[in-house]
Amino acid sequence: METYYDPQDLDKFETIGREAPGLAKKFFDYYGAVFAAGELSEREKALIALAVAHTIQCPYCIDAYTRACLEKGSNPAEMTEALHVATAIRGGASLVHGVQMRNIADKLSM
Amino acid sequence: MTAATRGRPAASTNKKNPANPPSFQSTLADRGLTLVRNTTDTLQINVGLKCNQACRHCHLSAGPQRAENMDRRTAEAVVAYARRAGFQTIDITGGAPELNPNAEFLVAELSELAPRLMFRSNLSALNSRKRSRLLDLLVSRRAVIVASFPSLNPGQADAQRGSGIFSTSIDALTRLNALGYGRQGSGLELNLVSNPVGAFLPPAQSEAEARFRRVLKGRWGIVFNRYYSFANVPLGRFRNWLKHTENFQRYMQKLVSAFNSCALDGVMCRSLVSVAWDGYLFDCDFNLACGLPMSGRKVHVSDLDGPPAAGAPIATADHCYTCTAGSGFT
Repeated sequence: METYYDPQDLDKFETIGREAPGLAKKFFDYYGAVFAAGELSEREKALIALAVAHTIQCPYCIDAYTRACLEKGSNPAEMTEALHVATAIRGGASLVHGVQMRNIADKLSM
Repeated sequence: MTAATRGRPAASTNKKNPANPPSFQSTLADRGLTLVRNTTDTLQINVGLKCNQACRHCHLSAGPQRAENMDRRTAEAVVAYARRAGFQTIDITGGAPELNPNAEFLVAELSELAPRLMFRSNLSALNSRKRSRLLDLLVSRRAVIVASFPSLNPGQADAQRGSGIFSTSIDALTRLNALGYGRQGSGLELNLVSNPVGAFLPPAQSEAEARFRRVLKGRWGIVFNRYYSFANVPLGRFRNWLKHTENFQRYMQKLVSAFNSCALDGVMCRSLVSVAWDGYLFDCDFNLACGLPMSGRKVHVSDLDGPPAAGAPIATADHCYTCTAGSGFT
């Protein structure tokens, strides 16, 4: 193994069911149902997945959902905006904890 | 991850050697399918490869430097054939058909010979002041305009079709709307065609149509009748681009994996005959692009009395996977 992440491995995802086919089937059935059009369109769901993929920094997911977003009709400007939503939440989550920092600092300070 | 990877492979897609997908013919044979003509009711006329644009997805490698263009004698032979054979739909394409000196002759003559005349346009060629007379003729003959409009994103559109084409296309659509095209009750039909801007398949048509309708109306006040999203065919300039960017193998695998036998019933080659700029006949514009003649033998339009017979075989090659991918290409 030369690298931990090989793009070819993405195509082997389904083989993950080899040792636990029942659980894999439940997972893939659920996965398929989640991404089917519902109250949200398949395009909107792919954009959410792309943003989450960057948040969890999964190379497989970034590869798969970049392709999926393009195939569902999203363009790079929309995809970039989706990433900024994830980035804003991620950065905001750090920043909002500053309130805790202030609470503690205020309590300890004169 | 699964959304992009869990397509059911075509019959012979071999995991042993994914670099060599099965031939289109062997996929049909494995499934007991054959591809033959139904009733041929559409005549498509490719008037030449000359175009003012050099789009990166073009299966014909059309462009400003191409000299292949239908001459008057061939145009007259095509009109005579249309009169002899009788078609429901006649579809004029190119290149940019606006650049053919016989475009007005063809529109004027052919509009008398079929209930529906379609004229394919890249928009930029039609919007030129030089084409005002042709545009007036299209309006007066109630020709359907089928306009290429790949993306709502200017960067994507220009990357595929050339710098500044997005804004030119918006201007052209606005002008067509002003003439009545795309407006309810005008009798002037304006349809948009979108091809993906890259090595990926198109979105579901109904969802994309709704979005194009909403965005074009909301941002520019543009209306249209129908929207079609078609996959890019791995021929010509697009094939070269796929190979140059090392996307070819994966794109072909994607087409093969998306093979849908139900789409075979509606593929256009079953009901269409395509005539090239030099008058020779093909089963479709893609076979024309790669020089694969109708039913495998070279026949000139002046040598044919009527439409090709129902049941006649259709010449195929691996680019045919494009038309059977997903919901198909009609």
